[in-house]
Amino acid sequence: MPTETLDVPKAFGEALVELGEKNPRVVIVEADLADSCRSDLFRDRFPERTVDVGVAEATAVAVGAGLAFSGKIPYVNTFAVFAAARTFDQVRQIVAYGRANVKICGSAAGLSLGYAGASHHALEDIALMRSQPNMVVVSPADAIETRQMVHAIAEIEGPVYLRLSRAKKPPIYDENYRLEIGKAVILREGSDVALFATGDMVFEALKAADLLSEKGISAEVVNIHTIKPLDAETVTRVAQKTRAVVTIEEHNILGGLGGAIAECLGEHMPTPMRRIGLQDTFCESDSTNVLREAYGMAPHHIVEAAIEAMQMRTSIAGLP
Amino acid sequence: MKQLDQETLTKLEYLSYRIRWHTVDIARDHLKMHFGAVFSIAEMVVSLYFNWMRYDPKNPQWESRDRFVLSKGHAAPALYAALAEAGYYDFEELRTFRSLNSILQGHPCRLHTPGVEVSSGSLGTGIATAVGMAIAGKMDKAPWRVYVILSDAECNEGSTWEAIQVASNHHLSNLVVLLDRNGTSASGPMLNRNDIEPLADKWRAFNWAVTEARGHDFQSIYEGLQWSETITDRPAIIICHTEKGRGMSVVKEHPEHNFMLNTDQYRRALVELENIEKELIIHAN
Repeated sequence: MPTETLDVPKAFGEALVELGEKNPRVVIVEADLADSCRSDLFRDRFPERTVDVGVAEATAVAVGAGLAFSGKIPYVNTFAVFAAARTFDQVRQIVAYGRANVKICGSAAGLSLGYAGASHHALEDIALMRSQPNMVVVSPADAIETRQMVHAIAEIEGPVYLRLSRAKKPPIYDENYRLEIGKAVILREGSDVALFATGDMVFEALKAADLLSEKGISAEVVNIHTIKPLDAETVTRVAQKTRAVVTIEEHNILGGLGGAIAECLGEHMPTPMRRIGLQDTFCESDSTNVLREAYGMAPHHIVEAAIEAMQMRTSIAGLP
Repeated sequence: MKQLDQETLTKLEYLSYRIRWHTVDIARDHLKMHFGAVFSIAEMVVSLYFNWMRYDPKNPQWESRDRFVLSKGHAAPALYAALAEAGYYDFEELRTFRSLNSILQGHPCRLHTPGVEVSSGSLGTGIATAVGMAIAGKMDKAPWRVYVILSDAECNEGSTWEAIQVASNHHLSNLVVLLDRNGTSASGPMLNRNDIEPLADKWRAFNWAVTEARGHDFQSIYEGLQWSETITDRPAIIICHTEKGRGMSVVKEHPEHNFMLNTDQYRRALVELENIEKELIIHAN
């Protein structure tokens, strides 16, 4: 794993600029948070292709749809907590129903803005966006994947929700990585339990896999960067192999990655499962790491959940 | 201001009769319909489609077309009838309204209906989308303009005011709103309930150019549209004073917002329409 720290928002902003240079149809819509989302890099490079509607997130989405209907490829940027919940009627009525070619970019997702408190924690955005027909939902794991994702979603003719963390850490991937939307990535092979993770929690899943390995447990780690459409084939195949799974996300366990995997496996490969995430509760204010520890989302919690899933496998199916 | 000649006026009057005729023919005595809202905007829609906007029904995606957004999506039959009259699709499609496999959904859907630019029906969202279209037009220095029919009750929606603030901040002189000021929303008169006055002052305060028109008078609407082209630094609104259910007495027997004609009313509606048509023919001759 590389040791150099990379910043997800900066990678996002730089990728937007690269994309803007490549494709003149790309524009951005801001709701007064360009500096925080790092879309300021695009704004400063292409002011004539930047629309700032002010503090009006729902209107930013509708304006984005209008731009898309007129041939533009708009990237609408705001914090994830507002990108989905605040805008949801416009997302449903105009973007999803109208299949508008809008890329809604939710920055600082999950507990990225831990200190800001529950008003700024985005813990339902995946669930909301996933509920919409036509919507693609992606959640890259690190800066390298984020950069490629910004380019890849421009190629999709239709609405996309891009969920972004604020992580600043060594990337999981190196520059040789090639993202394929809709295709889950097996980061580590294992046979005892599968850890399906998304976004910044992929990093935590890898740490948990190390801890499990110390206990003699072989964990398969899968990065689900595309939550919708879910790579059901890979998810099912991995679950069939390990017969015990854990989902890991910085989101409510209802309706997000855990929900998506449970729906998939429930129909195709019923498998003992544990879901790591917010247990249908709001959080308090503190740093992201303190909150992950306090709310059961740290690597050692993932280890416990993995062992529980394996025990459940034994008790339900009588399997070893 | 240019005056409409008699021939054009006769044509427009006939087309607004056709909008009402189609609406009754779609609904007959077995479909609920927002008759009041449809009839309220009949002259506005006819003015835009048959005396103002540039478009090509054989090429609905023609790059230089003017864009129309029916923000008050529940008046969809007015738009559907106008699009049929304009030649976007056959009249036979109209009777499929709101049925499975129809190109005509209960509220406008851009993916189903040729000529529909924006899916609307959730009030206060069409106008915001139109603002985005007008911004795109400005970015491209495009010749086309964006026309929106907005209901007065949509001015209860916060999203409307967000959108119109963005529009004036972006100096969208290529955006024109025709506001259907019939003074009535789903639950009845807006006065002393969900009132929006002083309406013109509010739009002026949001830095729009404002004028008013008689919304069933083609010459008055025409003058408003001509005036809108003289505004070069901001978006323009024509507050069109209208009457809900205008043009057919049968429709006015219903106080409701969305209703079905009974068989007797449907028969009387046909008689009334026939009389309107006879008068138009006599008038034309």
